Amino acid sequence: MKRLFADLHLSPPLHDLNYAFQLVKKAKLLGYQLLSFSTNLYSDKNTLNLLKNFCKEIQIDFVSRIDLNPKNRNELKSQLRKVRRKYEVICVKCETKEVARQAAQDRRVDLLNFPSLYFKKRFFDRAEAVLASNSLTSLEIDVKPLLILEGPSRTRLLSFLRRETALVKDFHIPLILSSGATTTLLQRKPREIASLLNLFDFDMTSALDTVSRNPYSIIMRNREKLGSKFVAPGIQIIKEGKL
Amino acid sequence: MKRVKRRYLALQIESTSALNPRELIDAIWIAVSKLYGEYGASKTNLSLIDFNSKKNRAIVRTNLISLNQVRASLTTITSIAEQQVSLHVMAISGTIKALNKNILKKTL
Repeated sequence: MKRLFADLHLSPPLHDLNYAFQLVKKAKLLGYQLLSFSTNLYSDKNTLNLLKNFCKEIQIDFVSRIDLNPKNRNELKSQLRKVRRKYEVICVKCETKEVARQAAQDRRVDLLNFPSLYFKKRFFDRAEAVLASNSLTSLEIDVKPLLILEGPSRTRLLSFLRRETALVKDFHIPLILSSGATTTLLQRKPREIASLLNLFDFDMTSALDTVSRNPYSIIMRNREKLGSKFVAPGIQIIKEGKL
Repeated sequence: MKRVKRRYLALQIESTSALNPRELIDAIWIAVSKLYGEYGASKTNLSLIDFNSKKNRAIVRTNLISLNQVRASLTTITSIAEQQVSLHVMAISGTIKALNKNILKKTL
């Protein structure tokens, strides 16, 4: 069966819609079937609707995603209560250890994202991996920092990513590779993005899963949950009426 | 001696202005060296086979065992001669004839 590819993290400046449209067109050309943009609680809904319509026009599946950036555990919980039924993908940017731990154990969170430039804030350690493995949470890695960083900072980032990907393998946590692209020149084909996992000793099949099967399973699961016929995992209303 | 298997990669170059072939192959060597070191780069047996400046396409040859390493390195190239670029692998093949046949169907 032909693989379907997804890029869950495009982050163009959303105030410049033409630029965002260019990124969508390029993504289509590069072979992506599913796209998602980085938005926050304050993003303009009209802009997102325009983006969604444009994606529909050029036959790309648009996925609504929100990036939460809470300061503490309680703020994360309250934000999750507000947004879980509204978005298809919820990503938490873990700036503190407290938030990272709560996000890893909360089943409402889909993606964990850690700052690429502040290495002290990469809290994806063994304890975090244990929590994430019990709650279907995935780790998201952006490719953009790997492309733009040079010298010792890239080496250091690679070293951290090597440790994190080893934990991901050990605890069977789904890994998602996203472009994190802000410009068209930073967009890459899905197979090119997957080839970067060669640096962390992934075979090509599991590397390709990080840009196709893993993101798809999150989206399909959440779409099922957000649907009107969903009752509980595995239980759906098939028909309504008199018995 | 065992026969070395080779792979040919067709590249599409996206850049703001024209490049010359020397700059391209140097940038690829540098990218491989940065990621895998000089020892790793020496194993790839890289060479530029063809460069079409009108279509902004190039053909590069490498060993089959180093193919994934070269692909990863090509992905990391973001600038050549102080110009923003991105390189995309259009097709990979074991012979130039099959490669040319493959890229005829593709736009990127």
